Amino acid sequence: MSETDISLDELERDALTEVVNIGVSRAASSLRKMVGRQVLLSVPAVEIVTQAAAASLIGQRESEILVAVKQDFEGAFSGRALLIFPETKSLELAQAVMGDDATAQQVAELENEALTETGNVILNNCLGTMANMLKQSLKMSLPQIVRGSGEQLFAATEGRNSDALVLFLYINFSIQDRDIRGYIAMLMDLPSMASLKLLIADFIDRVTKDAY
Amino acid sequence: MSVTIMVVDDSKLARIVAGKTIAALQPDWIRVEASNADEALVLLGERQIDVAVLDFNMPGRDGLELAADLRRAHADMPIAIITANIQEEVISRARDVNATFVSKPVTEDGMSGFLAGAALRLKQARG
Repeated sequence: MSETDISLDELERDALTEVVNIGVSRAASSLRKMVGRQVLLSVPAVEIVTQAAAASLIGQRESEILVAVKQDFEGAFSGRALLIFPETKSLELAQAVMGDDATAQQVAELENEALTETGNVILNNCLGTMANMLKQSLKMSLPQIVRGSGEQLFAATEGRNSDALVLFLYINFSIQDRDIRGYIAMLMDLPSMASLKLLIADFIDRVTKDAY
Repeated sequence: MSVTIMVVDDSKLARIVAGKTIAALQPDWIRVEASNADEALVLLGERQIDVAVLDFNMPGRDGLELAADLRRAHADMPIAIITANIQEEVISRARDVNATFVSKPVTEDGMSGFLAGAALRLKQARG
């Protein structure tokens, strides 16, 4: 799909999706422990798109303001991971994490803390699993809460072009018996994609060695 | 008598890894693959399948839904559900259809118990 040398072939894309899938499944298992209810996941989507297109992919599906817990990661490949919800669901999520015993006032007071901690657990779990599988270590920034439209959440970092291609990975999730849904998304820039492509190739070599 | 094992996973890479693991543990077994539930059911109509290894998170019907289908037609077939999703609901649904839970990424350690148990059950069933 892309004319640049960072395009992934079928098996590489497949391998990347599988690594993300395992990372997100582990993360969902942790979230399940936190909220006490089953977490349902979609199959991950992996796309190479412009930064602007990535923003509109989420923006088009959600008309309301979004809340995201954002963590940047750095290492052999770098980028940004986000746990995103429609703003109206964020109190619900905080309540789910804090338990039914927590009063509305407690939930309101601790909403940001609950979201930050939830994002921290999910994103670290997901990225940590991916890093382990690719035999790399990643440095994670502290989680930060951002609010805004899809465009604002995915806005290019300063000095970067919104036409630049990014690797965009996203998964929808929802929590059973609760009106909570959201996305886990990851964005990586061009140099990271090139490094990731090499790591994925190594990973494929490693796991398929002596196959058949 | 030969044993045929079917691996169902939408990820080609995951099928290769599962196939490699199975080959290391049960080199004489015949391995066949499907990339989704529908393909798996077609394969099942075409030939004898003795053991099934199913990915949980697949587009279309997931591995647990496929396991329930398989179980209705094949009461004794050894079935494994493979996933990194270790939520209680997933594990208990696997248990409900009498499927073994194997965690992803698949390793020989993780798979050996299921395959040894399956080999034993098939041997007993075939007398």
